[in-house]
Amino acid sequence: MAAHLTNGRVNLNILREAARKELREFLDKCAGTKAIVWDEYLTGPFGLIAQYSLLKEHEVEKMFTLKGGRLPPADVKNIIFFVRPRLELMDIIAENVFSDKTNSRDFHILFVPRRSMLCEQRLKEQGVQGSFTNIDEYILDLIPYDGDLLSMESESAFRECYLENDQTSLYHTAKGLMTLQALYGTIPQIYGKGECARHVANMMLRMKREFAGSQNQILPVFDTLLLLDRNVDLLTPLATQLTYEGLIDEIYGITNGYVKLPPEKFAQKKQGEGSKDLPTEPKKLQLNSAEELYAEIRDKNFNAVGAALSKKAKIISAAFEERHNAKTVGEIKQFVSQLPHMQAARSSLANHTSIAELIKDITTSEAFFDNLTVEQEFMTGVDTDKVNTYIEDCIAQKAPLIKILRLVCMQSVCSNGLKQKVLDFYKREILQTYGYEHMLTLNNLEKTGLLKPQTSSRNNYPTIRKTLKLWMEDANEQTPNDISYVYSGYAPLSIRLTQVLARPGWRSIEEVLKMLPGPHFEERQQLPAGLHKKRQQGENRTTLVFFLGGVTYAEIAALRFLSQMEDSGMEYIIATTKLINGSSWVKSLMDHPETQCP
Amino acid sequence: MAFITANWNPLGEAFYRKVELYDMSWVLRDGLRDSLVAAAPYGGPIAVMKESRCLSPSVRPQLEIYTASGVIMATFPWKSGPVVLLGWSVSDELLCVQQDGTVLVYDLTGAFQRHFSMGQEVVQSHVMEAKVFHSPYGTGIAIVTGSSHFTLATNIDELKLRRLPEVPGLQGSPSCWAVLNQDRQTKVLLANGPDLYLLDNTSCTAVVPPGVSPQGSVFVHMAVSFSYKYLALFTDTGHLWTGHAHLQDKLSEVDTKIRSPPKQMVWCRRPKSQQPSVVVMWDRLLLVAGVCNDTIQYPLEEQCVCVGELDGVRLVSPSRHELLQEVPLVCEEIFKIASMSPGALLLEAHKEYQKSSQKADEYLREIKEQGMLGEAVRQCVEAAGHEHDTHTQKALLRAASFGKCFLTNLSPEAFVGVCRDLRVLNAVRDPSIGIPLTHTQYKQMTVQVLIDRLVYRRLHPLAIEVCRYLKTPEYQGVSRILRHWACTKVQQKGDSDDVIVRCISSRLAEAPGISYSHIASKAYDSGRTELAIKLLDYEARSGEQVPLLLKMKRSQLALSKAIESGDTDLVYTVVSYVKNEMNRGDFFMTLRNQPVALSLYRQVAFITTIIIIIIIITTSSSPPPVALICFCKLQEQETLKDLYNQDDDHQELANYYVSASYREKRLESRLSVLQSAVDEYNKAKNEFSAKATEEEMRLLRFQRKLDDEKGAGLLGLSLQATMEALLASGLQKQADHLYRDFRVSDKRYWWLKLRSLAEKEEWEELEKFSKGKKSPVGYLPFVEVCMKRSNKYEAKKYVTKVTPEQRVRAHLAVGDVEGAAEAAIERRSEAEIGAVISRCSSSSQRLLLDKLQRALATANRK
Repeated sequence: MAAHLTNGRVNLNILREAARKELREFLDKCAGTKAIVWDEYLTGPFGLIAQYSLLKEHEVEKMFTLKGGRLPPADVKNIIFFVRPRLELMDIIAENVFSDKTNSRDFHILFVPRRSMLCEQRLKEQGVQGSFTNIDEYILDLIPYDGDLLSMESESAFRECYLENDQTSLYHTAKGLMTLQALYGTIPQIYGKGECARHVANMMLRMKREFAGSQNQILPVFDTLLLLDRNVDLLTPLATQLTYEGLIDEIYGITNGYVKLPPEKFAQKKQGEGSKDLPTEPKKLQLNSAEELYAEIRDKNFNAVGAALSKKAKIISAAFEERHNAKTVGEIKQFVSQLPHMQAARSSLANHTSIAELIKDITTSEAFFDNLTVEQEFMTGVDTDKVNTYIEDCIAQKAPLIKILRLVCMQSVCSNGLKQKVLDFYKREILQTYGYEHMLTLNNLEKTGLLKPQTSSRNNYPTIRKTLKLWMEDANEQTPNDISYVYSGYAPLSIRLTQVLARPGWRSIEEVLKMLPGPHFEERQQLPAGLHKKRQQGENRTTLVFFLGGVTYAEIAALRFLSQMEDSGMEYIIATTKLINGSSWVKSLMDHPETQCP
Repeated sequence: MAFITANWNPLGEAFYRKVELYDMSWVLRDGLRDSLVAAAPYGGPIAVMKESRCLSPSVRPQLEIYTASGVIMATFPWKSGPVVLLGWSVSDELLCVQQDGTVLVYDLTGAFQRHFSMGQEVVQSHVMEAKVFHSPYGTGIAIVTGSSHFTLATNIDELKLRRLPEVPGLQGSPSCWAVLNQDRQTKVLLANGPDLYLLDNTSCTAVVPPGVSPQGSVFVHMAVSFSYKYLALFTDTGHLWTGHAHLQDKLSEVDTKIRSPPKQMVWCRRPKSQQPSVVVMWDRLLLVAGVCNDTIQYPLEEQCVCVGELDGVRLVSPSRHELLQEVPLVCEEIFKIASMSPGALLLEAHKEYQKSSQKADEYLREIKEQGMLGEAVRQCVEAAGHEHDTHTQKALLRAASFGKCFLTNLSPEAFVGVCRDLRVLNAVRDPSIGIPLTHTQYKQMTVQVLIDRLVYRRLHPLAIEVCRYLKTPEYQGVSRILRHWACTKVQQKGDSDDVIVRCISSRLAEAPGISYSHIASKAYDSGRTELAIKLLDYEARSGEQVPLLLKMKRSQLALSKAIESGDTDLVYTVVSYVKNEMNRGDFFMTLRNQPVALSLYRQVAFITTIIIIIIIITTSSSPPPVALICFCKLQEQETLKDLYNQDDDHQELANYYVSASYREKRLESRLSVLQSAVDEYNKAKNEFSAKATEEEMRLLRFQRKLDDEKGAGLLGLSLQATMEALLASGLQKQADHLYRDFRVSDKRYWWLKLRSLAEKEEWEELEKFSKGKKSPVGYLPFVEVCMKRSNKYEAKKYVTKVTPEQRVRAHLAVGDVEGAAEAAIERRSEAEIGAVISRCSSSSQRLLLDKLQRALATANRK
């Protein structure tokens, strides 16, 4: 089930197995039949750790979604609540427990990822704490998403850290990194940029001291850890991603490795059956590197996907043609044995051709083109100091607010703040058009630095752009030679920092680093004697890049590109608090006071 | 070395030997006579106290604690009540069972630790006899009272008293009794004259051991083996019955011909031996009786005490300390006179080798011919472990090492292991340390426990040496020892806090995994709060620091430590704790009888707490009140407001009001909350927001007015939506009013009007509108809105008005490819020509396409 986790440089399946083991242990603690009541948000991430079959093996017979009122009837001995430590969920649980009259079953709570005093206090206040046989925590910080990708899927990490100043998610990050080090060895070098990165590194070093007694005797798998604050690079997520996977996410949204697509294009055209009744349920597809074709095209610029697909189509049909050449029984047998694989390849090809068509309809539209043009103007520093007519027109036509906010923020970031007059104009337009209630959202954007008035006359974005070569005029989309292909010209700042760190080192860009927010630092962790790696000639180094506050698929693609570059000498594993795109990110910063019930 | 067998005595098929452990260095005035003596097993310490009944009531007996070699560790006068029994717990604590049932616990240095009682009724009826016993559950105590009741506690660390059922017909104390451990249950076996009873939790069962003769004789003494497996009964006829403790099998019966009851009776057997024996002691005689009905008799010159061990019996007398044990089989095989066992031959071979005699070769050859060299080495190694004399140990190990040279594939583990063990054992057996452990006992009790024992005796340096020598992982070894050392250090009076902290931190700096909080809590327990706080500074784990700080009522420090850790939950813990602390107190008490005041207080109390915490925070260095804000966000919105208020954070306060305004149902209250927001925005010098809020208020009032007048249902809509709605329902004038009043940008208003007109398909109006003021949005939107309603005819009217830059798009929008082509060619724009080409169908518009291609080529060339 999780073969794709073992393919990469680092076997992330170890992490998954460790998580599964712990889950099994907890389930076995509750003897007898069980029903699980799920905090809905957790089902996605849990699906990546354990399928229903595992739960079933441990006598889980029913699963419900957590909601108020009475529990659905279930003839089981144990009711287990799988929840995040949130107060509002405690109230629902209390309601569930109170309404249970059978008295014959045991209740348990499993907090994910950590139990919280406050929640237990709330349960106590509600008078149900005593009803629980087990109150436990399931430490699920970093969830393996793919062979080189870990995410905590903490939906509001950026908001909490940069807006609300709540650093709980950073604490979880540090804990998660400790778990990772327990399994993969101490990471000898830590680099970081940004306030949160500093904070996480401090906590890690502190925790290391706490566990000082139990020396880790595992040969380190990671050579370096790079911690990057999202607010060091606010620009990248705002830009529209142009890789295949990035566009799928931008347009349809990928959640927990799955995407839901409009069903029309996926209608099964079976012979004999009329293809009249189109499916109405959205088509759900799992996207990861287990699918050979997807692994091949996911990180390509969308403009190169068509060619790749048609090449693949030729190979597959050639493979099917082989059957005519099969003469002897042996040859036929061999052909047949390859059939399942070929059929899977063909259906995968069909799926991705459909997806590519869907996306193409959108990317060839005028609206998409205009939007991209404005983005690229901003990124290259054209006219960022005045009100942009495209944005103005979009507002006048009541385009979706998130789109507007992305563009305005982008303009602000690219010019190191907007002139007060320009900023006020945009804000006024937004408030008058979309409603006064967005006042708070605008405030939030200002607080996080996405939107700000120009304070100094000096705009240092052009300097940063030039030093780090953020804009490449001749980006090659088909056979890329630089990471800038992921945004058709724009090289993500965060990835440039990563790239420079590997070679020639951050010392060469001290000036730029000083312009970016937060401190940059380097820490070393002492390895026990005898664990120093003896590097083979030509063996690549491995870096874990941790994006605090989220990472986009395009950035991931860029890092994968760097890993594959022959002379880079570095392989990257990516970890983050949350996989984001510009829209989901901006959305997480929005406030909706109007939806509070009066 | 022939004399090794000199002190061997045969018993059945086995031999018994007495090994001299120590010449006792103690000076006992009256020997051990009339004294309570307790010697802990596994070579543990010895406690001695004169029995109170032998002293005049005015004299206070002296309680003395010695090592097994007689070195004094502690002595102090006994000031408490009369003691019935002394005993040792598994963790080397001295238990003194008093007549009134109180048990006083002392450590090895004679420092009082704690006390507990064996039950209230005992105070009256007195403890007649008591026994301390050890089981897998820990150390237990059993007593029998003056009213013939048995009470026992299986584990004194988790005291649970159990009173056992009554024994029929028992008056006073039984003639003898013992504690058994069977089937994971603790039971008492007792004899009342000739009758035996087994007492468990619920029942009292009469039992009869098989084959006791003569019938009807009275049991005067009984003993249970170290492992609770065997039982020995001594009758008044001088018979010694031995059997299994479950009383179903008899092993043997020996007639000792001594009718007086023995002073002590102890089992002596070595694990795995099939020949257990019992050591019976009278005043002047020690008798070893085996199951083979054979006996050995040792005359005694002094008063002795027998201490049962796992693999023998130790005899403590005022002058000597000896170990009586069955000679281990390997030792017997090697040292037995005329033994031809491989081990014996190897030992001999090595002896000859040292003499440079060729006989060495002969012996070796002999062993090798039998193919027994491996066995010979094994025997020597094993025997070395069992020997106490270092010369013998060396001789045996050298022989083993010699034999090893002739073997190619012998694993050295056993040899190295025994060498290491002996090094440790010899070190702790040294008279200055005085722990006479045998190898068997050492293996049974493990290094961990040995380290503990050394630590209890405060032999920290030796313990550390042992750990380093055995390469025990630091976490379990050195660190643990240092922690214990530090704990004793903080309890030392006299030294100043700073001296102690410096001393501890310098010594512990290098050791990993030290729990400073544990040390600090010890310091706190012994009343040194300041010291504890200083020590806590070194604690790395905030999770450990914070609870202790709270316990010591240092909430401020606890809070800043919690914030430092980044663990939000920990912060919550502190905040809720402080909140609870504040609820208590005298203030609360005075309010209790006034319900109204109380409920008011309840609401206020929390806020007060928060404010107090803010004061704490702002006065301390300056950790951010971040954590608090989080806490409040979760707990209570209202509190948040007060918090911002307290902080003079006008911006946040204003935002709070904005958010709050949406919770108000009535427009008036909503407006007044918004007014507060305006005030706060003004205070925060946020002009834009203040103005925007004022506008919102104006809009709300306007909407309300129109809703009242026309029932337009506008309240809550955005300005844009309001104007849209107004236009849709034909309220042009009002819309225009808003446009002017709110200074809506022209562009936006034009767009709005266009769309609204097109939506209503008022084409004439639209045309009129286009002819009015020059459009600020250009004329492409006119085309677009028309096309949106699929009105190509109307759309075409505006194509000509569109600026040249947008004309291609306009033509394409209305589907006029040719027009678009013309415009594009005219503009010679590559991109635009391309765009048109993509819209041409290749079949029907061949000509046009060619024309465009040519134009493209020209444009390209330029």
